Amino acid sequence: MFDRHYYKSLTRSMVLTVFLVSLTPLALVSAITSYQFHTSYKDRVNAHLRELVLKHKRNIDGFLAEKLAVIRVLADLIPESRFRDPAALQTILKSLQDRHHGAFVDMGLVDAHGVQVAYAGPLRLERARYAETRWFREAMRHELYVSDVFLGLRGSPHFIVAVRVRASGAEWILRATVDFESFNELVESVAVGQTGLAYIVNNQGEFQTRPRREAAVGPAEMRGILARASEGAGRGDFSPESAAAGIRMSQAAVALDVIHGSAGGGDVLLLTAPLKDGAWTLAYQQDEADAYESLYHARNLSLFAILGGGVGILLMAVLVSNRMVNRIVEADRERDMMNEQVIEAGKLASVGELAAGIAHEINNPLAIMLEEAGWVLDLLDDEHLRRHESHAEMVRALKQIRQQGGRCRDITHKLLSFARKIDPTVKPVQVNEIVRDMAALSDQRAHLANVRISVDLAPDLPEIPASPSELQQVLVNLINNAIDAMERGGELKVSTRLEGASVILDVADSGMGIPKANMARIFDPFYTTKPVGKGTGLGLSICYGIVRKMGGEISVDSVLNQGTVFHIRLPLEEARA
Amino acid sequence: MSGNGAEARAAGVRVLLVDDEAAFLETLRKRLARRGLTAEIAMSGEEALDVLARAQEIDVVLLDVKMPGLSGIETLQRIKVAHPLVEVILLTGHATLEGAVDGMRLGAFDYLMKPCEMDDLLAKVFEAKARKTELEGRAAGGGGTP
Repeated sequence: MFDRHYYKSLTRSMVLTVFLVSLTPLALVSAITSYQFHTSYKDRVNAHLRELVLKHKRNIDGFLAEKLAVIRVLADLIPESRFRDPAALQTILKSLQDRHHGAFVDMGLVDAHGVQVAYAGPLRLERARYAETRWFREAMRHELYVSDVFLGLRGSPHFIVAVRVRASGAEWILRATVDFESFNELVESVAVGQTGLAYIVNNQGEFQTRPRREAAVGPAEMRGILARASEGAGRGDFSPESAAAGIRMSQAAVALDVIHGSAGGGDVLLLTAPLKDGAWTLAYQQDEADAYESLYHARNLSLFAILGGGVGILLMAVLVSNRMVNRIVEADRERDMMNEQVIEAGKLASVGELAAGIAHEINNPLAIMLEEAGWVLDLLDDEHLRRHESHAEMVRALKQIRQQGGRCRDITHKLLSFARKIDPTVKPVQVNEIVRDMAALSDQRAHLANVRISVDLAPDLPEIPASPSELQQVLVNLINNAIDAMERGGELKVSTRLEGASVILDVADSGMGIPKANMARIFDPFYTTKPVGKGTGLGLSICYGIVRKMGGEISVDSVLNQGTVFHIRLPLEEARA
Repeated sequence: MSGNGAEARAAGVRVLLVDDEAAFLETLRKRLARRGLTAEIAMSGEEALDVLARAQEIDVVLLDVKMPGLSGIETLQRIKVAHPLVEVILLTGHATLEGAVDGMRLGAFDYLMKPCEMDDLLAKVFEAKARKTELEGRAAGGGGTP
């Protein structure tokens, strides 16, 4: 009767609605908070990295400035002649190495022609000529100079710290070599996480330190980045004073670039800070995935939470929707049942009205026929007609007509008394009277079904408060059921008796009995074992309703193939709830 | 037989039969006449009232409840207003007691279910006549006593 698809689509739309309504705010809140978290966390990480780079830039600048200052102090305080003495120079170097943890490798004094006039250190570089080297030319132009890292004459990376000294009417260069390894260590100590990598490059993008791994950007690309970063930055001589000024630099001095699609595959953060007044650049790189690791971790966690929540919501939605739709199905079914019941009741009412109408219409012609028969009988009373040979036969026939007419009248009267509307008005009722009436009404039907109806009524039964119409209905239903239960005929016995404060009314048949399996359901509305169209399944439930309303009880005993007895107990006093 | 006694009693009882079935009326009138009763007939409530207005000596009215036009109950009300001493017996095809009870409350003497046995009918008519006579006597006696 009801479309399965309707309920399915109802379930679907309910699931969808519940799911969307529940998930949308969750997703919205997650998106907003994760975006906020994302940006603020990135900012924090970036700031942290900038701070780190800046700190190390200061350290390195400080390191260089310190080395330069030391050499300068030496040049200022010690007369040039002392440097020319190799033994004295050796002593100075020894002291420098002791105080600076071996950062200084060697020292030398170079004259204005680029000839090293004095040298102290592990190599034999006395009389080495530096006139053509770049560092020498630069050192001659500036008062203080820190060279790029180069291999030099000895074949190992190092850089030179040089101070120009004016003495004995000539210019000298006091130079010291700073060990690359200890400098490299200083830079390499700048590392965070798994992929943090720090290194120094010069303006040409050449490495000044030895990175542990390959850098994310090549020299050409680095030059571009450096050009952008150093725009507007002054390019003066590096000196301890300028280094001290540099140390007070703000974070803004650190540039942050994101290099997409590096050799490693992912995005790489590249932070650059100018060193040595822009001659060098401290570069720090770290994979984004590494730098923002906990951010991505949090993001994954929240995605997982949303996914889990979504699945949970979906399950709940399905569960709740199914339960609700089942309720709706049940309610619909109940409503259908009610509708059927109403239709059945309407049918019964119209059948009753029809029967009453027919009975009433038949009464008038019946009355005329009986009057006519009576009139003919009256006429046959005349003396001369009495002598007619067929007189006796005619009288017999007319009496027969009158008698059968009387039967018809009885039937129509019973029909009318039954078919009239059920009147629930309660009044004192003599149960025996109603039993007799109903037994008589059913007699014709019982006769056709080859059933013998007998009544066994207790005398002096007190009247009970009840609606006669309803009690009639109960009896007619029970008697009809009993006759139906005896397909091959049998005995139907209706008996009454007084028991305590109740009138007991039994309707017993010798029919087929009720199987145990059906026993629990016989009073259910619309439960019937009769073929479709034969029984409404309402009879016993109506009986049950009426008897319960009267404060009575109805019960049944049945033995298969031997018969069934319905017991009705009706209280003498009105005992309604 | 008892028929003679009945006939003796029937003499002088004037009955008005009211029904919309002409065949029923005519036959019943003939049968009653045969038993010594004087019977008038009327096909409707209005006609019944006319007959009563004309012939003052009607004792008992046999009134069908279900008629077109003026219904039996309405006719009964009007009869009781215009002729309070005339006894009315209702003839009903309905098995509903309500109609009969209403009729009784309005002053009908009794009711009979259609179709009815002649003996029952006669018995009721005689009872009605007896009561009318009794009431008339009491009314006359009452009138005479100061």
